[in-house]
Amino acid sequence: MSTFPSDTKALVIGCGIVGNSLAYHLTDQGWSDVVLIDKGPLPNPGGSTGHASNFIYLVDHSKEMTQLTVESTRQYKEMDVYTECGGIEVARTEERMEELRRRMASAKSWGIEPVSLVTPAEIKELVPYIDETILLGGFYTPGVGVVDSLRAGTIMRERAVEAGALAVFASTEVHGMDVEHGRIRRVHTSRGTIEADTVVIACGVWSPLLARMAGAHIPLTPMVHQMIDVGPVPRFERSTKAIEFPIVRDMDVFMYERQDGVGLEIGSYAHRSILHDPEEIPSLEEAALSPTEFPFTQADFDPQMVDALDLMPEIVGDESVGVKYAINGLISLTPDGMPILGETPEVKGLWSAAAVWVKEGPGVGKSLAEWIVHGESHIDLHSSDVSRFHAHQQTRAHVRARTSEAFPKTYGIIHPAEQWSSDRGIRLSPMYEREQELGAVFYEAAGWERPQWYEANAPLVERYGVQPREAEWDARWWSPIINAEHLAMREHAGIFDLSAFCIFDVKGAGALDALQRSVLAQMDVAVGRVVYTPVLGPRGGFKSDLTIMRLGDEEFRVVTGGAHGMADRKLFSDQLPEDGSATLVDVTTAWTTIGVWGPRARDILSGVTSDDVSHEGFPFGACRTVEIGSQLVLASRISYVGDLGWELYVPIEQGARLWDVLWEAGAPHGLTACGIGVYGTTGRLEKCYRAYAAELESEYTVVEAGMSRPKVKEQDFVGKEAHLRHREEEPAAILCTLTVDDHASASGVKRFPLGREPITLRDGTPLTDRKGRRSYVTSAGAGPSLGKYILLAYLAPEHAVEGSGELAVEYMNERYPVTVAVAGSAPIFDPENARIRR
Amino acid sequence: MRMLVCVKRVPMTGGKIVLTEDAQAIETRHLGFTISPHEECGVEEAVRLVEQHGGESVVLTLGPPEAVEQLRDAMAIGADRAIHLETDVEEWDPQATAAAIVDAIRADEAASGPFDLVFFGNEAADSGNYQVGTRVAYALGRPVATGLRGVAVGDGTVRCEQEAPGGRDVYELPLPAVVTVKEGLNLPRYPSVPGRLRAQRKPVTVSSPSRPPSRLEKLRLVVPEGQGKEATILGHGPDAAPAVVEVLRELGVLS
Amino acid sequence: MSVLVFVEHDGGEPTEPALQALTFARGYASGDPVHSLAVGLEPDGLGAYGVGTLHVAEHDVFGSYAPAAVAQAVVELAGRLLPTAVIAAGTDAGNEVMAHVAAKLDLPLAANCVEATPGDPARVTRVRWGGSLLEEAALHAPVKLLTVQPHAVAAIEVPGEGPAVERFAPVLGDADLTVRVVGRTGESAGGVSLSDAKVVVSAGRGAGSPEGFAGVEELAGLLGGAVGCSRAVTMAGWRSHTDQVGQTGTKIAPDLYIACGISGATQHMAGCKGAKAILAINVDRDAPILSSADYAVIGDLHEVVPAISAEIRKARS
Repeated sequence: MSTFPSDTKALVIGCGIVGNSLAYHLTDQGWSDVVLIDKGPLPNPGGSTGHASNFIYLVDHSKEMTQLTVESTRQYKEMDVYTECGGIEVARTEERMEELRRRMASAKSWGIEPVSLVTPAEIKELVPYIDETILLGGFYTPGVGVVDSLRAGTIMRERAVEAGALAVFASTEVHGMDVEHGRIRRVHTSRGTIEADTVVIACGVWSPLLARMAGAHIPLTPMVHQMIDVGPVPRFERSTKAIEFPIVRDMDVFMYERQDGVGLEIGSYAHRSILHDPEEIPSLEEAALSPTEFPFTQADFDPQMVDALDLMPEIVGDESVGVKYAINGLISLTPDGMPILGETPEVKGLWSAAAVWVKEGPGVGKSLAEWIVHGESHIDLHSSDVSRFHAHQQTRAHVRARTSEAFPKTYGIIHPAEQWSSDRGIRLSPMYEREQELGAVFYEAAGWERPQWYEANAPLVERYGVQPREAEWDARWWSPIINAEHLAMREHAGIFDLSAFCIFDVKGAGALDALQRSVLAQMDVAVGRVVYTPVLGPRGGFKSDLTIMRLGDEEFRVVTGGAHGMADRKLFSDQLPEDGSATLVDVTTAWTTIGVWGPRARDILSGVTSDDVSHEGFPFGACRTVEIGSQLVLASRISYVGDLGWELYVPIEQGARLWDVLWEAGAPHGLTACGIGVYGTTGRLEKCYRAYAAELESEYTVVEAGMSRPKVKEQDFVGKEAHLRHREEEPAAILCTLTVDDHASASGVKRFPLGREPITLRDGTPLTDRKGRRSYVTSAGAGPSLGKYILLAYLAPEHAVEGSGELAVEYMNERYPVTVAVAGSAPIFDPENARIRR
Repeated sequence: MRMLVCVKRVPMTGGKIVLTEDAQAIETRHLGFTISPHEECGVEEAVRLVEQHGGESVVLTLGPPEAVEQLRDAMAIGADRAIHLETDVEEWDPQATAAAIVDAIRADEAASGPFDLVFFGNEAADSGNYQVGTRVAYALGRPVATGLRGVAVGDGTVRCEQEAPGGRDVYELPLPAVVTVKEGLNLPRYPSVPGRLRAQRKPVTVSSPSRPPSRLEKLRLVVPEGQGKEATILGHGPDAAPAVVEVLRELGVLS
Repeated sequence: MSVLVFVEHDGGEPTEPALQALTFARGYASGDPVHSLAVGLEPDGLGAYGVGTLHVAEHDVFGSYAPAAVAQAVVELAGRLLPTAVIAAGTDAGNEVMAHVAAKLDLPLAANCVEATPGDPARVTRVRWGGSLLEEAALHAPVKLLTVQPHAVAAIEVPGEGPAVERFAPVLGDADLTVRVVGRTGESAGGVSLSDAKVVVSAGRGAGSPEGFAGVEELAGLLGGAVGCSRAVTMAGWRSHTDQVGQTGTKIAPDLYIACGISGATQHMAGCKGAKAILAINVDRDAPILSSADYAVIGDLHEVVPAISAEIRKARS
């Protein structure tokens, strides 16, 4: 056994599937001085990997998760630890059948094939021990498999050790971490102290404890998931492999069943949410099994026995088949269900690789290694980014509330716009009461309660003749009032509560340079200009898009959407110079923002301020302070909804007053309260304004998104080299605006796609660009001013032909014809931008 | 045949025993519970005997409300019904335990006839007092054989086998009798799912006897000091073999 | 004031635990006379263990083991002597006989004590969980009934002559005669018995399967020892319960115990801590067994055990 080193380039803590994979991939990316430790023994240190069900279902509605799973599968196959057995998600209800059709669509959008919908008879052929008479059908993915995750971890670890690049120490417990000047410096372990600039916490359910040692947060909670093993199963005694029959996910009852040698493993997500604290996890000696295998609570499993019996009576009803093993297994759950990856915002050099399941393990290992070594991963990990959390989301109470709410939905049918019901009402804008009085229907973003639409505007539906959506799923979490508000705004003006913006000020002598480095656009603009700019990653893809106001020679205000605001904040903090010549201050809760847009916006504003707000006096893209009554308001003339107007910033305590002033002034002009339904969807879709995490991801280049400027600034910025290259190349895809020609389904009901559906040829053939990316709907929504339904999608150049009638969108397993209305980023509505620039 | 098996709910410990702060009990927060090993075999045996000879098997426990889990476990492998003498957190000493069990047996026998055999574990895994079964036998006026690894019911008798050096001693007792058994009597079956489902519906009679003062009164528990050993690591993997053989030689076991 | 000790013997040879019980009783008696009771034959050499008077109970039934009858003899003698305590070894037989005594007298019995102090109540420290836990208790009774945990004390001789021997024929009822050994069965086929073996080689679940014991069997064979296993192995049906080492299996006290892939759960350690030396073979250097072992090899038993066997062959050739 070698001696424990006193320093290393990278220290990875945790020998589960993630830690092993990451340690290997770091060395594979070229680092030759990596140390991997775990407080438990090898090969099975006693974490969740050790009792994982180890099966891999490929299709997920999330592109990010699917990409990680596909990459993991590739690695598992390369290591020869993947046994393909197929998987069937079965439906007992019609609602579930609809959901399975959605999964078919996601499979097509992400390129997972072959997949098929199967009948009960076909299911019976594949899984003879199932009672198909209780099923309506299934979704069959032949590529599903099981892996030996312990073996895979060992293989990866040993490869790196053999290459001389990795040293591994089991039975090594971390006691403390030292952070100096906001950087990780050293880690104290039971074997000694080790200095490292890069430390990764890959500790599964223990991760929050480790993070806390350094003053960082990894907001996950250990949660129980029950599993039992029954056997010996007479039918399996003839099997030559550990698994010969497809894995069945009985999602309506939140269970799965799979062959495991001569036994049948039955897992359940149906029980009440059983949370544990990381502090409660016993040590290896105290635990009767392993620290993450808690004693089985029979009462919680009782209903599931009945469900399993219903589905597989041949096996589960066999009196000779005994329950041999039963545990409450611990797994990590997060408030939003995504992993927690990346450099922690609190401590530089301290990385999180937590809340990752076996099916994403190797993919995460590789991606995180790329991120650590090269500054960016190939797979866009924005949904998993550890820096995404707002302060309240890191609290134990919030984590517990949301994971408790999420757990029962593990196999649930989740509408894309579905709202959380737990732990609401945390961040209320100063206009909240006004909005309540207007019957606001609040949706939550970043903890803020934001009006999605206002019930008080219901009469507008009839006035504008907005049609409802017939299908319940399409109409869920939506209202025709949104479209009506949109039309009222376009006709008169709308007032918007934009309090959820994340706002940070970057100041100092070094501020300009720091911002130049951070963003694509030229930042050395006149004081009083607003710059809209993408933020790129090193590989030239999108990390964000936002606006920056130059308020002074050394003062800039960055404004970005609340949902990604915290991650954006880290992007800018990371670019601050070491010499302290630029500082970043988060002023999100110092300011509130009210938007006023529409043809009457100037009339309304000029009625409340004597400052010059004429088109010449206050041009588009300018920002300056105006006096509105006794309020000093920072007015910024930009528009995310494509109409004339301003964002108005006041100190947060003055928000209600400003709202009231504008409301009163707006009344004679037909000012209508408009919700985020308009701001986030209808307004921008008509103008082809892209949204980060929809159209803008690291996979797509600035050119493909149609956001190239005529010139590239001289100054260096993150992603410049890549961007210059992209400008030289033919784009592999072009962002287009499509409209739906005919909404009628086979049964005559009008259907409205909600986003992420595949774009195909009329015969259903999926479209793949030369980079291997499928075409799918990045955003979907009504374009009420045009009377059209709009879909944004990236199309390969050969398909990005305006007027082309060869395409369709596949929704709920049916195809609807679409037309390419605009190839490229010109807006479908008011293409000259006359309304904004008047 | 009527069989009664008396079982005790005990924690499943790991590699280390941790006590509660007041040293009155084992800290069981992370531990699962089970029927004490010896009597698990008693349950299996009783179920087998009823499968063979017909009749009814009853399982009984003196324990906290949670002990109903162990009764359900026993019924899941075939016991027909259960008697739960519910206690609070205080421990009952062997005499009190036996007395409460005797009362329950008398009441049940008055209603349904005598038990041909009453099974106990030779000793409970946790308290290890070795005496409850014998006390119950005397109170009922029945013969008792202990530490059995073989039980066979014949015509009005039970043939009992007890481990002894070099073999097994055989006893023959007239029924009704009391037996205390040891693990190894049989290999208990695992419950099936239908068995578990049936167990949920089988009847449990609950009563709450009052606890008399303890005459063997637990004052506190103490975890014995480790021998303070620190194993000498002879090596890692197969390379350690020569060092091992050296030790074998030193210990004189390598002839 | 006196103390009465029930002494088990093997054809006249007092057992080691019985001598330990006598030593314990002597300590408890603190100078008061120590009486002992034996059934059937007169055991030798008890004077060297401080017995003042040896009472031998004689009856036909004592031709074979009859616990109720033995207990009745104890009860009858105690009725005459009125000792402050009745003590026996905490062996299977000792505990069985004393349980009968306790039931007959309806007095509390503290089994498997490692320490006892007279008093009202007496204070005892007794064993729980097969030895992994101790209980301090108060024994409230006019006569204290105790059994002594085997090997809690060593048997220590004292200078002394005698003892004086008295014979008596206890009056036994039908019930006392019912429970007696009437036959023998299952004589072992020979070979090394687990409880007698000088070397025991065991494996746990890490063996992987019944076939996984091949290496263990080979090593045990080379060392003239017996094969043992953990409870997990027997519960899985891989090996017979007679091979199980542990609290509810066989308690062993070999010269050397080699535990392969056994983590060291308390119930297992209760069965093997009597071993003079323990060698643990385990992948986990923090496995609990290592804090009870004298030697350890960190590694996979499937690699290490065959390597040891090969090395032994090499050493012998």
